[in-house]
Amino acid sequence: MQALRHTWALTVSRMRLAMRNRAFLFFSLIMPLAFLFGYAELFRRFGPDAMPYLLAMVLALTVMGSFWGLSVQLVTFREQGILRRFRVTPVGSSAMLGSSLISNYILTLPTVAIEFYISRSLFHMASLGNVLSVFILVTLGTVTFASLGLIVASVTNTMQETQIINQIIWFVFLFISGATIPFPMLPKMVQQVAVYLPATYLVSGLQRAMIDHANLLDLGSYLASLGGCALIAFIISAQLFRWEPETKVPRRAKLWALAAVIPFLLLGAWENFNGDLRRHAVRNLQLIREPYSMERIEH
Amino acid sequence: MLSEAAIEVSNLTKRYGDVEALRGVSFSVNEGEVFGLLGPNGAGKTSTVEILEGLRVPDGGSVSVCGLDPQKSGSEFKYAIGAALQATALPDKMRVQEALDLFGGFYPRRRGTQELLKRFGLEEKRRAFYSQLSGGQKQRLALAMALVNDPRVVFLDEPTAGLDPQVRREIYDIIVELKKEKKTILLTTHYIEEAEKLCDRVAIVDHGKVIALGTPRELKERSGAVTRIAVRMAKPETNGALSKLEGVTECRVEAEDYLLYSTRVPRTIVALVKHLEEQNNELVSLEISTPSLEDIFLDLTGRRLRD
Repeated sequence: MQALRHTWALTVSRMRLAMRNRAFLFFSLIMPLAFLFGYAELFRRFGPDAMPYLLAMVLALTVMGSFWGLSVQLVTFREQGILRRFRVTPVGSSAMLGSSLISNYILTLPTVAIEFYISRSLFHMASLGNVLSVFILVTLGTVTFASLGLIVASVTNTMQETQIINQIIWFVFLFISGATIPFPMLPKMVQQVAVYLPATYLVSGLQRAMIDHANLLDLGSYLASLGGCALIAFIISAQLFRWEPETKVPRRAKLWALAAVIPFLLLGAWENFNGDLRRHAVRNLQLIREPYSMERIEH
Repeated sequence: MLSEAAIEVSNLTKRYGDVEALRGVSFSVNEGEVFGLLGPNGAGKTSTVEILEGLRVPDGGSVSVCGLDPQKSGSEFKYAIGAALQATALPDKMRVQEALDLFGGFYPRRRGTQELLKRFGLEEKRRAFYSQLSGGQKQRLALAMALVNDPRVVFLDEPTAGLDPQVRREIYDIIVELKKEKKTILLTTHYIEEAEKLCDRVAIVDHGKVIALGTPRELKERSGAVTRIAVRMAKPETNGALSKLEGVTECRVEAEDYLLYSTRVPRTIVALVKHLEEQNNELVSLEISTPSLEDIFLDLTGRRLRD
């Protein structure tokens, strides 16, 4: 009960701080909207029919932004000795970490709503897709990516290190998950690697929910692996959490951090053998491509 | 009334790699006492305080605060203490009032934000961001935050380090106020003046050990440091009789003043007056400077505090 109260108090405070941070506002609101307008302009000739496909990509980008979000704030807190001040209070590490996830999630929702609103009113998107599926995917995705961010925040020692590692992982997520370059257009070998990434399932899941109105059952394996990853990543980040900048992370702990990818190793292996992610991705891509060029991709 | 020890430290050791930061530190602080840890940088003051705050784990020895073990007692311990840490900050974009509200909210028993703002002279700054505060204002906020849960024991680690003299005096006034409230305060400092003004008892720490402990007065009396008596007389003295007065260890002439160094000040003064009467001489001025803790530190270690 007390831990919940502390978590909530920290959540409110950290949301307030995030709203006052220009970089956070840029990455969590302005950048995804810029992508939305950019995509809509780029694929204008396909009209409103392409919007579910495009919006799914933008939603995925928005959700994946949680990877940066408040986890990075935590590194700054640690570096500046802010965390140690919290440590002499009754606040526990779970409240600290929990507030990172919750505040991130609450701040993501308005952006998602704005993206839907613009797609609908400005770009005349015909349907909202399966709203429940989208909502659950956004929720699990935000928690997953924010937890992964927390792990990076825990295993790195300085802000600089955090940013370098985050950039590398972020670019991988960005370019081979289908959030920017459509999955079927990636080289076959890259596709085989991409199915091991949580980001790929998020993008694919969102596209299926938006375009095919896929329900929770249809998306079962995606949801299970995103949920599993979120849970494992959160537990690991709690294990790795450090209040003090001088406490170094033991090397064994860094290996531990890799356990967060287990659900995706399993799902990726399965997907490579008998999955249907690629088939769905190819079919959905038709929304933004001429039929004749599709033949080349399918073969 | 029997006063129970609020803080108990016994044979504390701590090492960081090859460096032995604490080599068997022991002392105890009574309830309601202001206790100072005085020593140069790197003496082990902050390590001791951070172990007491539960921020560091000792390698050996034991500590208890209000009868609780900082490492094992959880929330009960956190409720009992308040702290102004040395290397700490708040988020730049956090407002003063928000900080007090947030931290106060972590405790079941708390002082009102308005009361604290008023008491620490931060009312006008309530809406200011942390980054907009001056050094003195940040320190006042740190003190206010240390009291937000109305703790029994307050730790102040170098509360005036880096502040200019006027701001430092403001902080002294605040600590004197706290003393009136009968809070138990453990204070670290390398300012002699601070320890002398504020502390009931002082432990002088050097190289991870307590090298002297007592009230500032006791420490002065116990040390070999001598009191200086500067005397100016109507007629100059030539026969060297002053250096033979009772208690005088050394006599020097500086301009018109005779500087008498004495280990037994009252007797030296009585003897001086007698001597002047005998010589039909007259006393123009007399100034006594007692040894400071600085002198005592120098006497104990052969080094100055700020070296």
